Amino acid sequence: MNLLHLDSVDAGYGDFQALFGVGLTVAEGELLALVGANGAGKTTLLRTIAGELSPFRGSVCFAGGDVTALPDVRRARLGIGLVPEGRRLFGSLTVEENLQVGAATGRSGPWNLATIYDLMPLVADRRDRKAAHLSGGEQQAVAIARALMGNPRLLLLDEVSLGLAPVVVDRLYASLPDIRANGMTVVLVEQDLTRTFEVADRIACVLEGRIVLTGAAGELTRDQVTAAYFGTSEVVS
Amino acid sequence: MNWVNALVQGILLGGIFAMAASGLSLMFGVMRIANLAHGDLMILGGYVAAACATYFGVPVWLTAVVSTVALGALGFAVQRLLLDRAMRVGEFTPLMVTFGLSVIIPNALTQMFSNDAVPLGIGALGTASIDLAPGLAIGWFPLLTLVASVFVLTGLHLFLYRTQYGRITRATSDDSRTVRLIGVDNRRVYALTTVIALGTVALAGTLYTMRQGGVTPFEGQLTVLFAFETVIIGGLGSLWGTLAGGVALGIAQSVGAQLSPDLPLLAGHVVFLLVLVFRPQGLFGKGVTA
Repeated sequence: MNLLHLDSVDAGYGDFQALFGVGLTVAEGELLALVGANGAGKTTLLRTIAGELSPFRGSVCFAGGDVTALPDVRRARLGIGLVPEGRRLFGSLTVEENLQVGAATGRSGPWNLATIYDLMPLVADRRDRKAAHLSGGEQQAVAIARALMGNPRLLLLDEVSLGLAPVVVDRLYASLPDIRANGMTVVLVEQDLTRTFEVADRIACVLEGRIVLTGAAGELTRDQVTAAYFGTSEVVS
Repeated sequence: MNWVNALVQGILLGGIFAMAASGLSLMFGVMRIANLAHGDLMILGGYVAAACATYFGVPVWLTAVVSTVALGALGFAVQRLLLDRAMRVGEFTPLMVTFGLSVIIPNALTQMFSNDAVPLGIGALGTASIDLAPGLAIGWFPLLTLVASVFVLTGLHLFLYRTQYGRITRATSDDSRTVRLIGVDNRRVYALTTVIALGTVALAGTLYTMRQGGVTPFEGQLTVLFAFETVIIGGLGSLWGTLAGGVALGIAQSVGAQLSPDLPLLAGHVVFLLVLVFRPQGLFGKGVTA
């Protein structure tokens, strides 16, 4: 069953158009990775799905309903959870308070303080710290944990690894299987192709605001994805 | 003993300033709105109470409740109809709106009630006092107002730091766009904030009116200054700072009055200026906040 379906979405900021006729389908329980160069429109795409940005044209359907006209608040309550670029934690609140606020979606599900602390001992360890005083990796872990606290059906992860040491990123990615164990659907943006191929069920390549290639991770080659990434004309094999 | 007395009276006076300022601090903290009409809303709260007692025979103690509820409701309307829209227009638009309110309120009050004071007497309670020593007495009513403001500030603190909605309010203050991503409508938080701010300032205005024995339309121009000075002296974002700021301002005014009857206001302003010069973040401020 499809959880998310975008149909010919045009979106952007003011006069600047960042997405052109984007169509995308994500099945329930699937992990889709978005790949593309900086400025290709991946973040814009996630923001459009989360409702932070409303599209100029086209439609966004989630869990069988048209949510195009719904604001981000309503979409969050329906179960779309975005871990935004730059983490955007509540700096003056403690880690635990950040997580508690994350539960404001009012959704029930497997995630609560206990299960999150179980999944991420690092976060548990820092629960009384102010979020502003955490390292980048800790902040990213808390940002993911905060989104999980809302028990989303669809988790959108925007450049989780941005600015983090590889070993820290490894630790974050290590929690992905547990996050998906309950059937959570995930769409993530990742720059590292090796990592992308390791975790993704399907891969979609974004180039200059258009989706130029999609396919099951097992059926795409690195060369195909690289070609789509840079927009070089044809696939080298 | 005169000086000790001045000190004690100042502390008691500070309670009202602190209660009046807490809402100003809250609105600024959550929405970055400097509410220039805060003093006039305080006076409006006093008017609601005084008018209830004078024209409708409402028992005096109940007028405080009526006034708090009425201005809380007004706060909801003001936020939804004026400030939410103003915030969408631009950063300085809400400031202009509150300035407009600060012009409208006293003039409307003058139209309705004239410039003469509307009385709000509290009978024997107004003069009852506890003698602590020769020349040193604490009035029951000033003591009551201090206790009430400690209650209000403690209540606010518990709300902000011990409840989920309080946490959400602080999160909204940190980042109003990100709370939306976790299902929180920031405008509802704003509405609640303004309801609390206007409810508390109405209570402060009612107690102020009771203390003065009545209220006139343009006193808000002075009380808004006191509220701003209290917040700045205490330090933004700290409720205990607000209490300390109110007490500091109260003591300054009361000691100033002891020096000379025409000094209290000046003394308050001087303390405010000194704090601005030597400790701009305020007594309890945490330096530059993000």
